[in-house]
Amino acid sequence: MWVGYFVTIFAWYACVKWLPVSAFQRLPDPLTVVIEWFNPDPDYGLSFFTRDYYLHIWYSTYRATTSFVLAVVLGVPLGILMGWRVKVNEYASALLSILRPIPPLAWVPVAILIFPGSEPAVIFVTFLVAFFATTMNTLLGVKSIDSDYFRAAECLGAKPGDILRDVIIPGALPSIFTGLQIAMGAAWFSLVAGEMIAAQYGLGFMILESYNLVQYPTIVIMMVTLGIVGYASSAVIRLVGNRLMRWRAQSIGLAAA
Amino acid sequence: MSNTATDINQTTEQTGVGHLSVQHVGKVYDPGGANVVALDDCSLEIPAGEFIAVVGPSGCGKSTLLNIMAGFDSLTSGSVLLDDEPLATLNGSLQPGPDRVVVFQNGALFPWKTVLQNVVYGLLVQKQMSEQAANEKGMDLLARTGNLDRIAHSYPGQLSSGMQRRVEILRALINNPKILLLDEPFRAMDTVSKTTMHRHLLDIYDQYHKTVFFITHDLDEAIFLADTVVVMTTRPGTIKLRLDVDLPRPRTRETVLSERFLELKQQAVSAVHEEAKKAFERGERELA
Amino acid sequence: MSGNPDSTPLVRLPSRLRGIRWRGAVSVIAFFALWHFAVIVEFSGFAELPTPIQTLTAFFADYIANPDYWSSWVVSFERVFYGFIIAQILGIPLGLLFGTSPKFRDLFFPVFELLRPIPPLAWVPISILFWPTNESSIVFITFVGAFFVIVINIYDGVGSIKNEHIWLARSLGASRMSIFRRIMLPSVIPSIAVGMTLGIAITWNVVIAAEMIASDSGLGRMTWEGYVSSTPEVVLIGMISIGLAGYLSSLIVDWVERRMMPWTETG
Repeated sequence: MWVGYFVTIFAWYACVKWLPVSAFQRLPDPLTVVIEWFNPDPDYGLSFFTRDYYLHIWYSTYRATTSFVLAVVLGVPLGILMGWRVKVNEYASALLSILRPIPPLAWVPVAILIFPGSEPAVIFVTFLVAFFATTMNTLLGVKSIDSDYFRAAECLGAKPGDILRDVIIPGALPSIFTGLQIAMGAAWFSLVAGEMIAAQYGLGFMILESYNLVQYPTIVIMMVTLGIVGYASSAVIRLVGNRLMRWRAQSIGLAAA
Repeated sequence: MSNTATDINQTTEQTGVGHLSVQHVGKVYDPGGANVVALDDCSLEIPAGEFIAVVGPSGCGKSTLLNIMAGFDSLTSGSVLLDDEPLATLNGSLQPGPDRVVVFQNGALFPWKTVLQNVVYGLLVQKQMSEQAANEKGMDLLARTGNLDRIAHSYPGQLSSGMQRRVEILRALINNPKILLLDEPFRAMDTVSKTTMHRHLLDIYDQYHKTVFFITHDLDEAIFLADTVVVMTTRPGTIKLRLDVDLPRPRTRETVLSERFLELKQQAVSAVHEEAKKAFERGERELA
Repeated sequence: MSGNPDSTPLVRLPSRLRGIRWRGAVSVIAFFALWHFAVIVEFSGFAELPTPIQTLTAFFADYIANPDYWSSWVVSFERVFYGFIIAQILGIPLGLLFGTSPKFRDLFFPVFELLRPIPPLAWVPISILFWPTNESSIVFITFVGAFFVIVINIYDGVGSIKNEHIWLARSLGASRMSIFRRIMLPSVIPSIAVGMTLGIAITWNVVIAAEMIASDSGLGRMTWEGYVSSTPEVVLIGMISIGLAGYLSSLIVDWVERRMMPWTETG
């Protein structure tokens, strides 16, 4: 595995430094990036040792988390209701299928007009992406629950509230968490674009800014940071899911044994 | 608060509860359109405490009948009475309830609950007793039935399908239902597991003597387990033949080899075969 | 009031005639009514927006007949198309490689996984630096967006090929090449289809954003310019156009998929 990394990085370095192709030569090379990243006094102002680095991470993370939480709080209940009650589905799905094809980033200008300031606008657009992903996956999760479970609960005397708590939520949970991971990824994707278009601070903003200020190694630093933060947030969700769905791990463990 | 729920330890002979009366039941799907007649004038009397097995070709409506009795589906003609109280009539059906618990074909133990949690689920959700009391009762039942208390805290996914089915039967039983409805519960199991399950089911029946309505396509299983075997016709389903299985209880391995068993089987086989042929031919015609 | 979810099919067959779905219509109408109302009442930012009716009239008046408008469509579509196709051309082989060669996978999959969480738009500056023309840098971003999705789906698809099929072929004496061509490739067609469906949505998102950030043509640019020049009708018309274009693309992709997989046609 490390060989692969090494080969790629070496190839990158080789292309930038030695290939007589001007396109490559304009790029920053890995060595410069690493040196800058670990530099206590970086040439371009951002490294592991500068406060601003963490400031940007904080801004992006805060925005992503807020949108994500909003999307979950609104999307999961809606998805459950849509999957459970046909009437709700009928009300909601027409509207959703009209709004869904619009790429979330197309909302950015409208959002900026409607919301007072670019911060809420960016969060809104990010929220929208995560919301759609969450709702659809939750809906799918509920629909995919074997109807025998509902019947079993009913003949044991469960009321609708019991069924929600004991069948629907646990049954849909695997799909919900898949949706949450997708939503998180989509949120970051959207956030970066939103930040590039319309924000101050943040990783996306910084990437574009570094380009404008001709601080090329910083671009790469920010890109890699983005990748790490994005991956970490998905991993957190996956871990939470695994804890909540311990019964799955045990069953799968037995099957593999 | 528990109403008329008698203690599970009282057998049905003592309570006389669980007499099911199916009267001219019919079920038509999509009357205005495709008009599929699933059931046509089915009548059946099931005395309290009897074990009745229903066999028939695929699509003959056995599951439809069970669903109507359980409350998952409604009928379009006739009525069903349980202990002389209407269960399903043209005016509406009773909601599914713990007096007629179902055990499902592919198993419907909640995978996200432990065995014990599954077993006591009915008791807790009907608010019959505190969680502690319910757990005690659950553990007691598990222990009494083949020392199943040792898997009380396992998840269904960790168990074999045979174990799962046993737990599911107990989950139904603990609610002291008037009748037990079993929809081809052992269908997906191999022969060896099936034979073991028959033993377990009969032990439970011998002990608690609930009225059991058991659907299967396996004739041997039906005759071995039941007091009465009912053969249904292919669609539209109605009662074709009713066999009194006068084999002695408790049923043993030797029962299957007795002459009487083979006589009964012969009667049943010819009836089922006739219907199966019809169903098969109709299937071919539908495709052509 | 049963707790059982009513058994509506998840996929609605388009040919099936349904009764008037008034509930859906109610929500949609309510949505537009709310919008209209918010503008009239000048509820916070809505004061800047045109009403639905104004938007519609502006569209028919200035845009339908305007060749510049339609050339924006063409430009955006081109970018989507090129990026998407290149992503398929490069992505499918890579996915197949990952799926069939454990050595290659062990070497390079970790690198791939490291790059995957980086949002496509983060590549914009690098792309601008690297590629000589603006156009090619945008197509590159589009490519990045679709590429990762496609590769992952193919990789998953290879993993789910039934071993029995391969064993059967081997026992009948098929060569590796033969197995590859006649079993693996057809078996991954569904994954290609899934990758395409997911990829097209991402591609549109990416194109629009890339145009807003770094281009002077296309539907995204048009929308952004509407904002910059304080003509909000343009913003809304742009948004709706983009939505329509995206929807159209997914219809095209659906059509292609159905051709690719005729066996999934139900009678």
